[in-house]
Amino acid sequence: MRKGVIDLIRGPVVIGSGVPDIQLGEVVEVGEERLLGEVVEVERERFIVQVYESTSGVKPGEPIYPTGKRLVAELGPGLLSSIFDGLERPLKTLYELSGPFIGRGLRVNALDRHRKWHFRPLVKRGEEVSGGDVIGLVQETSVIEHRVMVPPDLRGRVAEVWEGDFTVEDVVAVIERGERRYELRLMQEWPVRLPRPYREKLPPEVPLITGQRVIDTFFPVAKGGAVCIPGGFGTGKTMTLHKISMRSDADVVIYVGCGERGNEMSELLTEFPRLTDPRTGRPLMERSILIANTSNMPVLAREASVYLGITIAEYYRDQGYNVLMIADSSSRWAEAIREVATRLEEMPVEEGFPAYLPDRLAELYERAGRVVALGRPEREGSATVIAAVSPPGGDFNEPVTVHTLRFVGAMWALDPELAYRRHFPAINWLKSFSQYAAAVEKWWEEKFPGFSKYRRRALRLLTVASEIEAIANIVGEGMLPDDQRLILLASEVLREGYLRQVALEGEDFFCRPEKQYLMLKTMMDFYDKAYMLIRHGVPVDELVALREVYELMRVKEDERGLEAVKEAAARLNEALEKLAEKHGVKLGGSSG
Amino acid sequence: MVEIPPQLLNRWQGKIYRGVREIKGSLMVIDGIEPVGYEEIVRIMSADGVERLGRVLEAGRGFAIVQVLGEEEGLEATNVYVHFTGSTFKIKVSEDVLGRIFNGRYEPIDGLPPILSGEERDVNGSPINPYARVYPHEFIQTGISIIDVMFSLIRGQKLPIFSQSGLPHDAIAAQIARQATIPGEEEEFAIVFGGVGLRSTEAEYFIEEFRRSGALERSVVVLNLASDPPVERLLTPRIALTIAEYLAFDLNMHVLVILIDMTNYCEALREMSTARGEVPGRGGYPGYMYSDLASIYERAGIVKGRSGSITIMPILTMPGGDLRPPIPDTTGYITEGQIILSTELNAKGIYPPVDVLPSLSRLMRSGVGAGKTREDHKAVADQLYDAYARGVKARDLASIVGEVGLSQRMRRYLKFADAFEEKFINQDAYEERSIDESLDLAWEVLSLIPEDELVRIPRSLISKYHPKYRRGASREH
Repeated sequence: MRKGVIDLIRGPVVIGSGVPDIQLGEVVEVGEERLLGEVVEVERERFIVQVYESTSGVKPGEPIYPTGKRLVAELGPGLLSSIFDGLERPLKTLYELSGPFIGRGLRVNALDRHRKWHFRPLVKRGEEVSGGDVIGLVQETSVIEHRVMVPPDLRGRVAEVWEGDFTVEDVVAVIERGERRYELRLMQEWPVRLPRPYREKLPPEVPLITGQRVIDTFFPVAKGGAVCIPGGFGTGKTMTLHKISMRSDADVVIYVGCGERGNEMSELLTEFPRLTDPRTGRPLMERSILIANTSNMPVLAREASVYLGITIAEYYRDQGYNVLMIADSSSRWAEAIREVATRLEEMPVEEGFPAYLPDRLAELYERAGRVVALGRPEREGSATVIAAVSPPGGDFNEPVTVHTLRFVGAMWALDPELAYRRHFPAINWLKSFSQYAAAVEKWWEEKFPGFSKYRRRALRLLTVASEIEAIANIVGEGMLPDDQRLILLASEVLREGYLRQVALEGEDFFCRPEKQYLMLKTMMDFYDKAYMLIRHGVPVDELVALREVYELMRVKEDERGLEAVKEAAARLNEALEKLAEKHGVKLGGSSG
Repeated sequence: MVEIPPQLLNRWQGKIYRGVREIKGSLMVIDGIEPVGYEEIVRIMSADGVERLGRVLEAGRGFAIVQVLGEEEGLEATNVYVHFTGSTFKIKVSEDVLGRIFNGRYEPIDGLPPILSGEERDVNGSPINPYARVYPHEFIQTGISIIDVMFSLIRGQKLPIFSQSGLPHDAIAAQIARQATIPGEEEEFAIVFGGVGLRSTEAEYFIEEFRRSGALERSVVVLNLASDPPVERLLTPRIALTIAEYLAFDLNMHVLVILIDMTNYCEALREMSTARGEVPGRGGYPGYMYSDLASIYERAGIVKGRSGSITIMPILTMPGGDLRPPIPDTTGYITEGQIILSTELNAKGIYPPVDVLPSLSRLMRSGVGAGKTREDHKAVADQLYDAYARGVKARDLASIVGEVGLSQRMRRYLKFADAFEEKFINQDAYEERSIDESLDLAWEVLSLIPEDELVRIPRSLISKYHPKYRRGASREH
């Protein structure tokens, strides 16, 4: 048996020797307590291990046991509805073993070994199968059917296949290739640091509907896209991500809480089983997986948690699902990378980060995408990645933000000024961007002709308004000409009535695309008509005084949804007509 | 074997080494030793007869690097005795800690004997399993309007006060310690007070305040004074929280932990990091400051199966009132909100001088509203905030263009902001307002704004709580 010895302990980094054939990336158990670690550097005489648990009290001379395995994720039915730590240990099991505080050296399986799943084969004996082929189905939760696949690197003829109730370790099929026989189980393993293969990558073109107007309308994310959401503390990163995780139209959601607050994870844990997914009527938990490695848990397991999350995301993507992985926060993940680099005394380049930080970020975001999966039946799936970035001092000009922006297709830039005004989501419409806007335009136009025109005009109006506001801040709003004051009024309607979406329950928690379209159209039509009135000499103060304008700002929360928007639009039109009549102006019909 | 003074042989059980290889600042390299554990506690006796503690920072074969806690001056490389205790820093805790005062090494400084019996706990604690957490949801009434209505403190939360020297954060902390209650519950909070690098006058103020209000007997004070060794500042909050965990999760008490001044803690952390020759991060603070502070603040919370709770209120001073430097920035990323004090309001004579716009309580929404405080609470807070933000903007503008340059609407918000500061925020340090009183007061000032513009409050709540309808008489705005 291979066995090494500890020579030095320096925080989470341990130097060992005595295992000449140890491999880079091999998982080892460190010390008498068998703490989990991974080999990160190999030299002729010694090797360096990053340990995923606290090394307090560990002594030199204690043993190191190599496992011969890389850091892998267990993949199979039972992942959904679970909550894991960064090493895929179910936190519920850890709680049962060691109480409210996490002990050390606890080793538990990710997937329950006793639970039985009903497996329905889709292939017959004698059929040729290869990597990625779906050989059968397991109803994992009431909303997700688990498609059991041939591991990517296997190929052969089905020698045996059984229907029945199996544990994840039972053999459900046997594949023969020449002399060799391979046993297939419901569970398989995959090294977390290695992207899972697919047949072909496709360009993203369908939007992931988040129900947040500022995102869906102005800065959309496509299924298979990668987005970062940078913002200083208090700008609402986690809040926005929570909302997206609850209501977006992804099939499977993986939420990685990486180096963030414990109470926030506890909130998700409380909410997910309680909230139902309106599309399926089932608890959200049935489509969700939570990975929690909070800021007080061992730092290095943070590093593993993000890879674990994306590996599970790819696994469901390969089954043909649209998966959303949320990482909060990628900065804490980067800090874990820095921590190891520092302890290894590597040369720091920027703010202590090692030179390979951009490579790591690129590797992660490259694993997002819309793909044609390997194998039959032919299926398409996607993995979307949305990652929070926590720049120190809220300054986006720092290594993690700067490098992340090179690899993502959209940025939702959070703005403390908006947050200070309790304008949430505090996504700044002047600084954010989305390269997916063009890709998903077709989808919107097919459903709502004219949408993209309204979108562009609204963005322009908001931009112009911010310029006018800068002037108003110097000369006072009262000094501005009426047409400019109207732009300020219209932009207030858009900001307060459209972009601001703070509800955590009820009607405005999720805004359906058709309502987004109708609201946007109503607001822009209002601007057009009001502009006509002003052009014909109606004083802007008479518009500012219209009660119906303020009604438009709060119509988003009206429980009657679309109907309420239509009514508000009609009442506003009526009020405008009256003004027109009073001043003898002729308005066009309620054109679109 | 070298000769060991007999008094040491009695005090230290086990192997004693004489002489070390090197002493550099507070670091000591000791070689020729048997294996010792990482983070093990070391006892050190120098020629001057003073006993110090140290902690293993790096454990190798035959050697260890030890960080000396306490004054390093007076240590010599040859004439020093070292003993490895075989365990990490642990303290004994029992019910007897209540009413006691300790220093940053957990030695009593109130003239009473040390705590010798009880549960032995590692001061570093263990991380709470996120699955075991209960999401905080109970409103703590501090009796301070601006905090209760707009930045509610919730049981199990970690909510810091960001202050500057010269501002009355001490008085606010003492007021909260004195007044904190859960509406409808009899039980008072146990207070664990961790003073980190405190001036002795400040320490005396708190102890005197606790004594006068009778809070001392339900308090534990852990005090590291400015004149005490900086390394002990790293231990002080951990000792305080280890005590708090015992009170909350073993004795099922509700504990309010006040840590002041965490800026001193961070300075000590930087000092230690520099001494160790580590790669400095922003502002010279170590890159792991985030994780280190999190290991303190994340000890706040409520866990399943235990009825107690830990609420942490750290206080830190920010030079120049700037939020962006590493200490307040890192803290803000970890804590669940922040209450920021303003020199401007203080200069106007407003107490407590809370800077409303950048302040925030992240857990507020889970603990307020119908059935918890009052159904209009959230909407009122939202509207106050919005109106005050407009008022402040109007005030800034008026300082450039003069009040006449403002629209009539803006002028109204300006008036609102003044009233909000003077009538709502402002209160006496010994005045305790119930949440109902505070909310009613909020409506009083909100009534300066035309009803139609209260767009963040549902109509149904306006007609129920707006003074105009409550008095049954109509009024012009």
